[in-house]
Amino acid sequence: MDAITLIGAMSIIAAALCIAIGGIGPALGEANVAANALRSMAQQPDESSNITRTLFVSMAMIESTAIYAFVITILILYANPFWNYVIEHASK
Amino acid sequence: MLENIDQLIIFHLGPLPINATIFYTWIVMLVLVSISLWLTYHLKTHGEISKTQIIMEMIVMSIQKQIKDVANDNPVKYLPIIGTFFLFIAMSNLLSIIPWFRVPTASLTTTTAFACCVFFAIPYYGIKNAGLKGYLKKFIEPTPIMLPMNIVSDFSSTFSLAFRLYGNMLSGVVISSVLITLAPFIVPLPMQMLGLLTGTIQAYIFALLAIVYVSAVAPKESSQSTDTKGV
Repeated sequence: MDAITLIGAMSIIAAALCIAIGGIGPALGEANVAANALRSMAQQPDESSNITRTLFVSMAMIESTAIYAFVITILILYANPFWNYVIEHASK
Repeated sequence: MLENIDQLIIFHLGPLPINATIFYTWIVMLVLVSISLWLTYHLKTHGEISKTQIIMEMIVMSIQKQIKDVANDNPVKYLPIIGTFFLFIAMSNLLSIIPWFRVPTASLTTTTAFACCVFFAIPYYGIKNAGLKGYLKKFIEPTPIMLPMNIVSDFSSTFSLAFRLYGNMLSGVVISSVLITLAPFIVPLPMQMLGLLTGTIQAYIFALLAIVYVSAVAPKESSQSTDTKGV
């Protein structure tokens, strides 16, 4: 197996693993946040505007982990530095 | 399939290449400025008030109320920067339903520019609120051992602001382009509607986090009430 095949295959596997594993944690965390926010809104409907605002902020904070994984995946798929390096050297 | 809109040259302005990000940012600016000029031309303080003026007042009032709730401070102080962030990001995200419109916020350069504005607004409002000494005191709280952590957290919050907006908008673009290659009709529609929802929420979140960061160093009078708002 030459370097181009190896790097291409490994990049695809790495991208898939990156977004898959990186998505699990934030998904569980956001589900937890949403469930708890709904529960507290059902208990105290008067405070729902406060709870909603805090909910959005914490959702954004938790989601950024998944976003980092997504950015890395996009980097591996579309702007892979190793792939560019190998292509550059193979054409010589 | 996924091209970088920073490398897409639309036209040349003399020797200066204008890429798609700048071009579509100008379009959003043009839309916002022309709408505001057109609507603020007939503002009245008495007599019969037009519906458009009421709508505009509602937008400004609701932004002011959100700032007041989060910052516990005079909202007019933060309104220019926060309101501009919200309106600009919301407008550029909502314009994404127009075909051939490339969302400028799906480019890392635009979001980094926004985040840099927040990064420089933090010391500006901190010094304005509590003086130079009060602002620098933020770095050695709760103990001086936390000094490096506090400095790092300023930078990391800027990075996360930029990457959050970029990643969210880019994911919308990627999902719709993947769906268009798979099934060009009808199927991408629900995802684009979801994109409108997430676009608005992301604009709200960006503005909200900007208020939280910018008003972190509060004036001395209300310092005890803002403690619980730190995120």
